[in-house]
Amino acid sequence: MELDEKIASGDESNPCISKSTRLPRKRFYRARAHSNPLSDSHFPVPVSPHHVEYSLHYPHFYPSSDSQSNPKKIEFADVGCGFGGLLISLATLFPETLMVGMELRDKVTEYVKERILALRVTNPGQYQNVSVVRTNSMKYIPNYFEKAQLSKMFFLFPDPHFKEKNHRRRVISPFLLDEYAYVIRPSGIIYTITDVEELGEWMKSCLENHPLFEALTDEELEADPVVKLLSSATEEGQKVSRNGGLTFIAVFRRIVPAV
Amino acid sequence: MEDDDTMITTTEDNKNNNKEPIESEVAPAIISVHPAHLSVAVAVGSDLRIFNLRDGCPITLKDELHKESIRAIRYGANGKVFVSAGDDKVVRIWDTDSWRCLYTVSTEKKVSAVAISDNGQYVCYADKFGVVWVVELDEFNENQAVVQKKASPLLAHYCSIITSLEFSPDGKFIVTADRDFKIRVTVFPKKPLDGAHEIHSFCLGHTEFVSCLAFVYNQDCPQGYLVSGSGDSTVRLWDHTSGLLLHTCEVGSQVGQQQANGTENDYFAITDLRATPDGSSIFVAVQGLPGIMLLSCNLSAKRLSVLKVVSVIGEDFIPTSLGTSLTSEYLWMVMGVSNLPGFNSSSLARVRVISGLTKCNSESGDDHYNILEDKQVPCGEQLLQQLQGSLSIDKDVFSAATEAVKTSMRNLLIKKQYSNERRDFRKRGRNDKKGKK
Repeated sequence: MELDEKIASGDESNPCISKSTRLPRKRFYRARAHSNPLSDSHFPVPVSPHHVEYSLHYPHFYPSSDSQSNPKKIEFADVGCGFGGLLISLATLFPETLMVGMELRDKVTEYVKERILALRVTNPGQYQNVSVVRTNSMKYIPNYFEKAQLSKMFFLFPDPHFKEKNHRRRVISPFLLDEYAYVIRPSGIIYTITDVEELGEWMKSCLENHPLFEALTDEELEADPVVKLLSSATEEGQKVSRNGGLTFIAVFRRIVPAV
Repeated sequence: MEDDDTMITTTEDNKNNNKEPIESEVAPAIISVHPAHLSVAVAVGSDLRIFNLRDGCPITLKDELHKESIRAIRYGANGKVFVSAGDDKVVRIWDTDSWRCLYTVSTEKKVSAVAISDNGQYVCYADKFGVVWVVELDEFNENQAVVQKKASPLLAHYCSIITSLEFSPDGKFIVTADRDFKIRVTVFPKKPLDGAHEIHSFCLGHTEFVSCLAFVYNQDCPQGYLVSGSGDSTVRLWDHTSGLLLHTCEVGSQVGQQQANGTENDYFAITDLRATPDGSSIFVAVQGLPGIMLLSCNLSAKRLSVLKVVSVIGEDFIPTSLGTSLTSEYLWMVMGVSNLPGFNSSSLARVRVISGLTKCNSESGDDHYNILEDKQVPCGEQLLQQLQGSLSIDKDVFSAATEAVKTSMRNLLIKKQYSNERRDFRKRGRNDKKGKK
């Protein structure tokens, strides 16, 4: 974490960091809007969930590199976290829950990483429970999480991939839901939101047709504070509401069907 | 996975004149043995060669055959049906009695692995997009015409070539291995046509593509354990019900010691493995290792250890595929490729057999495994004539075949690594930037 020092020493000359808030400035982290999830990846991937380096991601909770000493595991995963807006809101709402953002775009991951480090410095004691990894979650979810490890998974404003030929690149698909069902514990919740109606329909029908998921009732949606954050906390959601667009939410619970 | 990316690479490469020589698609020879040792099948390229061991005669297939390389062949556990599939995107299901084709299944993508459920009711095949499909077989009679079947998707690895497909001995699970180092254990459902959604475990630990899977089991341990071989030169023993890695056997370092004659090669991918019927030993075919490696497997201690290399005297025999039956004492091995660049002979298949698999290896150690001479193999030269296509094989063909198999496996399963400059160069040629100046 060499960045800690950089910020702590008050490096005023770094233009990537805002002088007033000490946060990284988004315009220096411009990236493509899309990334091909099918291409071969060349970034390091943990061999198995045991190899995830908790002490690097959560030094406050894991002061030693011996991750076995602490039974605390990541519970929330924001898949395709983008610039990390939701994670930042969740970090203070669930201060004792470890959460991770997963993002395929290198630069965006870099931005979120610096954002979190800067927030940790300016708000001592806070944001210690949030981190980010650069990975292709469509390929490597089982490398990060054990069976039934997660209690919440987020898929916010994913790439719509309109062409039918490219539907297999969508992050919610019948086959990938099998893997998500594996890492989410029973009664854990999967949150999806999009501003593309066609994709909203697709995600909803994938989840409805999956035997291991069931929709939350309207009352449950109303009672869940996280649902409100889906559109308000994310950069993408704010953009949509600025433009007066519609959003489509699908929130489902992992169930264990009676045999 | 490599569709648009590779396209860009090749066009650029052409422009730059720095392209590697184009290798024609090479398929390694594969072998499968009837569970009751009634027949044996070898596939080389698009050629399917069957020999009837019970009656001692070659079998001529009358129905339409494969048009392109066969990549997977297998007998069902009850021996009634035989499945063959590969690059021509047609799965053929044969009756092993009359050797007529009963069913064909058209597939969207090239097929990389096949498996048949223990009761013979379901045939599963995996394609290059990482999707496993299932076909339900109904009662068939010998005289029916070829029936076209439609497959339903069962499960999928996300866009990763599936290299191996196995049912667990108790039939509860279907296990899939892919080139992204993953082994997935999925509950085989009561209604497979609706898909298999419940993942039981992942066996993670390999650091290169997983090439082969097998179950080892015996009476004391009927549910068995899973063994896997990989491009990382290890054979690993797993408890597939929990995904726990029980033991890792570094085969590569052992092979390195065996080849003390100074051949500089530290890459020994595992190509195939088979357990003996009593579950006490595992035969492992290793790329670049002449002969076959023998591991002992202690199921109660959950450990693997290298016993020795059974070497083949007189020729550079490096098996590409192995076959065993449930009842016989033979291990069948084949070495071969569908085509040999630079040679007149179009293909190569060499079959060798090891005997002694069912002999008890209590005090005699492991010396009871014999590589049989050509005249000693079951049905002798008549069988070899059918399965190999010819009896005598040129010596220099062997080394060419070894190289060809290596390259084809590398091209198929190992991720291409590009240097940073190369990657920057590729990005410069991207289409999506061309509009802007």
